[in-house]
Amino acid sequence: MTVINATSLEQALQALRDLPGARIVQGGTDLMVEVNFNRTKVDDVVALRRVNELKRWHVDEDARTIRIGAGVPYAEMERSPLREHVPALAQAARTVGSPQIRAAGSLGGNLGTCSPAGDGLPVLSALDATVHLQSLGGSRDLSVHEFMLGVKKNARRPDEVIVAVTLPLLEGFQGYAKVGTRNAMVISAASACVVHDPRGGSVRVALGAVAPTVVRARNAESWLAAQTNLRDTLTVSANLAREFGQRAAAECSPIDDHRSTASYRRHAVAVLVERLLLRANDHQKETPR
Amino acid sequence: MATATSTKQRDGLGASALRPDGIPKVQGRFAFSSDAWADNMLWGATLRSPHPHARIRSIDVSAALAINGVSAVITADDVPGKLTYGLIASDQPVFARDVVRYAGEPVAAVAADHPETARRALAAIKVDYEILAPLVDAESAIDGSFPSIHPDGNVIRRQKIVRGDQSFVGDVVVEGTYEIGMQDQAFLGLEAALALPDDDGSGVELFVATQWLHEDQKQIAACLDLPVDRVRLTLGGVGGAFGGREDISLQVHCCLLALVTKRPIKMQYGREESFYGHIHRHPAKIFMRHHADRDGTLRRVEARVVLDGGAYASTSSAVLINAVTHMQGPYKCEIATVDGYAVRSNNPPCGAMRGFGVVQACFAHESQMDKLADACGLSPVDVRLKNAMQTGDKLITGQVVESVAPVARCIRETAALPMPDPLPENPDPLMIPGGSGLTAQRGNIRRGVGWGVSIKNLMYSEGFDDYATARCRLADGVATLQFATAEVGQGFVVLAQQIARTVLGVDTVLLEPISTAIGSAGSTSASRQTWMSGGAVDGACRRVREELFQRVADANGLDPLRLAIDGTDVVDTMGSLRVPVAQASRGVVFDHTFEHHHRATEELDENGQGNCHVAFAFVAHRAVVDVDPDLGLVKVVQVATAQDVGRVLNPLAAIGQLEGGIAQGLGLAVMEEIVLRDGKMRNPSFTDYLLPTALDAPTVVATMIEEPEPQAPLGAKGIGEPPCISVTPAIAAAIRAATGKELPRVPVRPQDIVFG
Amino acid sequence: MSNEFYRLTVNGIEHEVQDAWAGESLLYVLRERLGLPGTKGACEQGECGSCTVLMDGEAVCSCLVMAATAVEAEITTVEGLSVDGEPTDVQQSFVEAGGVQCGFCTPGLIVAVHHLLDRNPNPGELEIKEAISGNICRCTGYGRIFAAVEQARDQRRAAEAH
Repeated sequence: MTVINATSLEQALQALRDLPGARIVQGGTDLMVEVNFNRTKVDDVVALRRVNELKRWHVDEDARTIRIGAGVPYAEMERSPLREHVPALAQAARTVGSPQIRAAGSLGGNLGTCSPAGDGLPVLSALDATVHLQSLGGSRDLSVHEFMLGVKKNARRPDEVIVAVTLPLLEGFQGYAKVGTRNAMVISAASACVVHDPRGGSVRVALGAVAPTVVRARNAESWLAAQTNLRDTLTVSANLAREFGQRAAAECSPIDDHRSTASYRRHAVAVLVERLLLRANDHQKETPR
Repeated sequence: MATATSTKQRDGLGASALRPDGIPKVQGRFAFSSDAWADNMLWGATLRSPHPHARIRSIDVSAALAINGVSAVITADDVPGKLTYGLIASDQPVFARDVVRYAGEPVAAVAADHPETARRALAAIKVDYEILAPLVDAESAIDGSFPSIHPDGNVIRRQKIVRGDQSFVGDVVVEGTYEIGMQDQAFLGLEAALALPDDDGSGVELFVATQWLHEDQKQIAACLDLPVDRVRLTLGGVGGAFGGREDISLQVHCCLLALVTKRPIKMQYGREESFYGHIHRHPAKIFMRHHADRDGTLRRVEARVVLDGGAYASTSSAVLINAVTHMQGPYKCEIATVDGYAVRSNNPPCGAMRGFGVVQACFAHESQMDKLADACGLSPVDVRLKNAMQTGDKLITGQVVESVAPVARCIRETAALPMPDPLPENPDPLMIPGGSGLTAQRGNIRRGVGWGVSIKNLMYSEGFDDYATARCRLADGVATLQFATAEVGQGFVVLAQQIARTVLGVDTVLLEPISTAIGSAGSTSASRQTWMSGGAVDGACRRVREELFQRVADANGLDPLRLAIDGTDVVDTMGSLRVPVAQASRGVVFDHTFEHHHRATEELDENGQGNCHVAFAFVAHRAVVDVDPDLGLVKVVQVATAQDVGRVLNPLAAIGQLEGGIAQGLGLAVMEEIVLRDGKMRNPSFTDYLLPTALDAPTVVATMIEEPEPQAPLGAKGIGEPPCISVTPAIAAAIRAATGKELPRVPVRPQDIVFG
Repeated sequence: MSNEFYRLTVNGIEHEVQDAWAGESLLYVLRERLGLPGTKGACEQGECGSCTVLMDGEAVCSCLVMAATAVEAEITTVEGLSVDGEPTDVQQSFVEAGGVQCGFCTPGLIVAVHHLLDRNPNPGELEIKEAISGNICRCTGYGRIFAAVEQARDQRRAAEAH
């Protein structure tokens, strides 16, 4: 049983090659729960905590994108200046677990675990994020939708490390909301991210915790695009927002479990999406261009 | 003369004296039972049934024994003495033998050199189960449609209360069926113990976190077939209890492994195992019908109470009595028809949790009082004031409430407490339901106000003599106290010091380890320790003082009745003599042990009539709640309370009890429930059994009503339970006010608000 | 079991961990191997905060840190906050304000509050609540805990002013 505390990406990739079946650990907030509850036998481990390049992020002004290292902790995403670049991500990051969890957890972990309730995933989905994977053999870029395959199933190959995600920097409204039974430290019963891309003329909606993976409500998106102008400015009435919410909710397949019921989750998603779209509407009034 | 002010300055009674274990606790030096360690110790672990009901065909431990590092594997066959234990009925097996009756029931235990080895040993034990259909519906236990799952039968106890004209029908009648979910004590300090066997195996020493050392001792000794005095218990630091440690959990297993392996055994539960390893609050279904005059005067209550006690009896019998005898609430009521059942099922066993049956009764009677208010055109406050109990009124058991009973005052003083500010135009998300989840804005929020008032009995009932013992020694101006009172966080250790400082005029009060080396203090439960153990410490200190005064009197040719304590001196109240206590106690040891008993109580007759309780305390709660009705999310903004405390002995400790109890009542109102399906717990973890966080805690505004209780040795009533009782219906009522929904069940879940 | 060997720096002191099972959490190693039982465990899932320690200046749940990966980090436990064994101002405030009942959540809270006040000397009510929202207390209902944090904050502010 070997633990490799990699200090470079190269070393980590080499270790993955040398130790097939090794588990990757970044913040440990998912893996260690499995270990503590004996659901996972730990053999070899490749730890990425000291791979500093995974903790960096930078803005490409020309491409209008931001590339965020897979090891950037949620606590940093909550704060300036990252917060200003991707507000919805900051909002989602603030709801992850507790402050202690946020100090350790990362998007790499969220993607690696690929739970449908992963808090960052609806934001990545709504922003059509690109996931960057690397192995000794080279690098691969996948859209986040190609990456997320099912409940706790993703497209990462065993010798690959998730190194970063790239997100577009958009000018319009973006918002995230998450429902849970208490006011802190909640596993979401339902979550939603709504993004308005004024230049592209689209509104994108992603739903979390209401299907085996995060759902992009593409039918609702198309419907909305046909109902009203989305380029540059957004005009949304209360009725439109309500119907948009219901159409988005119709695209999810929530379950009954000990946390909540399918009917509540579907209802909650409709309400969240409706409210987020209305916020997108109000946002424009507050930020004249 | 000693004055109240000087007492406070010297950290005597009435002062916010700081607790002696505070500094060790904040530095991480305080030894909880999980911190106990011994050289050469092994780790114990328990194998539990995954099935709620099954026959055990065979148990094969051979593969477990063969694992390197495993020292012992024990089952029911290895229990040397009594095979069962229990607080009231000895109906619970140390290890299941032929049948398991709940998911989580212990079947075997192992001792090994590392917790991981122990875990692997458990996995290697082969138990052949024949799965049986579980009894999970309480009504089936009552109507006899399910065969007995235990030799003692499926009904643990039934108690009726029949009083007054049973044919009476009121001009106004309101009814409802109320449900209370299964709450868990969820104390943070997980179960842990260290057992040290005597070299010759003739006895064992146990460090354990528990609520009643002597009751544990008695049950352990019986199961181990040892004389009681060969089983010595010392209290390991307790990380909270709230009723969850009254029953035996790992004690017998730990001691038995120690005796079998002849080595120290450490056992500790993880959180999941803790959920399986202790009893929970009884889930309940209560039908109530209130009859009143048109002006809202309560005339008759009817109730059918069903408590699901789970697989073993624990304290269900006593919980039931508390529930049925409190069904009328803190209100005058002459006529009652109550039928109550505590039933057995293959659900997880239930027993004591803070409030002990009265939590369930209170949710029902307070929900009913609001319906009555509506039906009579009265406000929730007025209907309660109209019917408020006073000293001299009777319970529906016929018992006269002799305690101070300032119910109307509790209500009025609560009503007088300031309301919280309305939400600002742009509230910080953390102030509104949904919090950082950003689910709502101000326009989505509705505010509601709700009320709850409660009566709660203090101490044990039905003829039980739950006395307490304490010893006081005084030498050279230093007092040393000894008691077996379990300190579980409530602060008895500081109260004891305050008593000694006040009675004896000493500053330094040392505390001996809490152990079975002295007589029983009874359980830390039932809001009883201030009264009972406080009474014992007070009694022991007074005996010491009496002897001290006699000595000073003899030395000075005075009548000892003239002497008093003033500050840290013995003074002649009618003369000039003043002798420091330190000097008067120099070179002598005064040593007295005192047992405090409360007055006798009676059993109830078949009509539920009898003076079965010792004394009562009262409290009112007003809850202000913000609700997002479209999402069903709730934030409890403020809880205002006036509580009948008798006398405040330590203001800081007292407000801590009120705020802590309110948080637990809030938990039951909106978020805490063990979810069962077919007898299995679906959420035995803190991920899904939700406890209130700092962002869920309301602002608490509190008044403590001090009308000294003549029966109580220090004038103080117990204060631990009332804060968690009527806050739950107050919050539910506030949510009803904000949403218009009926909400007959707690905890109120988002889907209940949205679809109810 | 394997024979893991690694070094951890805790409270300024380097410790060697020998013959450990790789899956052990930092919480387990602190308590059972390094003789530092001040940090408590109540859930093993990062849902209660009792196990909070500082790691490279951040407050994290030690039950979720694989000990063998915590090498080359500065780890501070509750035992390491005091200078010369004297209670810190935060610790003293907790005792004086009644923020300690059973004490099981207390070490984790003390670490979290130190972390809060060290990076934000002037937190408002909501900031305090959010900062400790990952620390569950079952006994106090948080009222006296808020009072303790405010007392420590105000004392530091007053000291700054002089």
